[in-house]
Amino acid sequence: MRSLYAIYRKEMGHYFVSPIAYVLVGLFLFLSGFFFDLYVNAANDQAPDAPTWVLRAFLGFLALVFLFFLPMVTMGVYAEERKRGTMELLMTSPITELQIVLGKFFASLTLFGAMLLPTAGCVVFIWLHSDPVPPFRIVLSGYLGALLFGGSLLALGSFLSSLTENQIIAAALTFAAFLVLWAIDFGTRGASGPAGQVLQYLSVINHYDDFTRGIIDTAGVTYYLSFIILFIFLTVRSVDSMRWRRA
Amino acid sequence: MIEVQNLTKAYGLVTAVDHVSFTVNKGEILGFLGPNGAGKTTTMRILTGFMPATSGTARVSGFDVAQDSLEVRRHIGYLPEAPPLYPDMAVGTYLDFVLRIKNIPAERRRARVDDAIEKTNLGDKRTQLIKRLSRGYKQRVGLAQALVHDPDVIILDEPTVGLDPKQIIEVRHLIKSLAGSHTIILSTHILPEVSMTCDRVVIINKGKIAAVDTPQNLTTQLKSGQRIQLEVRAPEKPMQELLGQIPGTSRVQLDSSRADGHLTATVEAAPGQDIRSVIAAKIVEKGWELYELRGVSMSLEDIFLELTTDDAAHAQPSN
Repeated sequence: MRSLYAIYRKEMGHYFVSPIAYVLVGLFLFLSGFFFDLYVNAANDQAPDAPTWVLRAFLGFLALVFLFFLPMVTMGVYAEERKRGTMELLMTSPITELQIVLGKFFASLTLFGAMLLPTAGCVVFIWLHSDPVPPFRIVLSGYLGALLFGGSLLALGSFLSSLTENQIIAAALTFAAFLVLWAIDFGTRGASGPAGQVLQYLSVINHYDDFTRGIIDTAGVTYYLSFIILFIFLTVRSVDSMRWRRA
Repeated sequence: MIEVQNLTKAYGLVTAVDHVSFTVNKGEILGFLGPNGAGKTTTMRILTGFMPATSGTARVSGFDVAQDSLEVRRHIGYLPEAPPLYPDMAVGTYLDFVLRIKNIPAERRRARVDDAIEKTNLGDKRTQLIKRLSRGYKQRVGLAQALVHDPDVIILDEPTVGLDPKQIIEVRHLIKSLAGSHTIILSTHILPEVSMTCDRVVIINKGKIAAVDTPQNLTTQLKSGQRIQLEVRAPEKPMQELLGQIPGTSRVQLDSSRADGHLTATVEAAPGQDIRSVIAAKIVEKGWELYELRGVSMSLEDIFLELTTDDAAHAQPSN
């Protein structure tokens, strides 16, 4: 546990001592604030469910921004360590691969949380300016969904970063993978037939939609947790494989 | 402290380390000498638990590197060829991080960092970011990292690379001062380094051990195959003949290119007999003028070249 925390602490230092965290969080908040403003202005004042509509549109928009921002969070997680040779330090220290991988994963999740948390300001704004207020469970389930969805993207991105020594390649791979996930969802939306339904179930984004509707579906929670565990497992294997490579 | 037996590492068809066996006693400094690509780094990486061997065993502090990898890693400090540094960290923070991943409890960390910084002379750089340090200082931080947790065994892969002559001397002193309380393996392709710092030398070439001995023994062992250098004023041809006739000479090389007309000759003699007096007597007998006569002991450099090039010559036809 102490070793895991050492890695976590080091990663947090890396994010927050360097400008990375501030640039990412800053830009993310600027974009989300900007779009929140757009949604508020676009909402129909007369409709009784306007606040709910704004809240859901905003939560849906956040998911889209994650696709663009999270590759930048994870691109260096392993690629940079490999390039600098510090992976050799970690791997000749008395810590396990799982401790390394989990420490890094929780750190990226914390940075993600730091991006997400200030958007609660927008939710407070909705609360202050609407009557009646939208159901609170949408906020709870929406943010839980965002955390699970973001966590899945981070796990996938970290895995891809462990495959290369080059941050740019890691970012490009991650971004491409996210686009494919998004395309699968977009292409199979409303599709019928078994193939379409299977793809819809496998779509990372589809499950998030349920969360923005205020539904906490065990299928969705299970799906995301399995997704995260799968990619954490693959990352552990990938890190371990560095011992077998020639370099 | 370290026992290596029949250690072999193959990368696909390439055998980087080929049935290497040696032991290192507690408190000893062992030098790993070999040309680039000889298998030094691979051997070290196996010892540090970074990579598994294809076959053979290695034990560090009594623990098997394959079975008890984590335990071995607890007892080892390792400086890879490129120091594993985080450029955005300050020196002190970095060393503290290293102690944390080495599982050193909080109450001991502060003192350990102080000690490592003092030993590597980094006092005035403690709060500086590593990226702002010069190459030599970075190397020292790398060294501090390898010894900060006070490990039984310290493994250093080319510790003096990239340092200026003054820093090299400092680092050698530091390494020597660590011996006794720590067991040290260091690799290098610089020969004087070995004769100056190490108690024993392993000469490794193409993955195989060419020789294991103390630097002194290696030098004297090959000194028995003596080499004599002389300077005379004499006609070239008769001189060549004279030297050739002396029993025990194996190779005679003459050089008549000197401006003052003196001849210089290098004679290699078979081991076991000293032919210097014989040569001197013969030259005087002829009435030639002898200006200089001296036995040259082969340096570690010669031994190294001899061992490694010989090996290459043997290996080539079989390939």
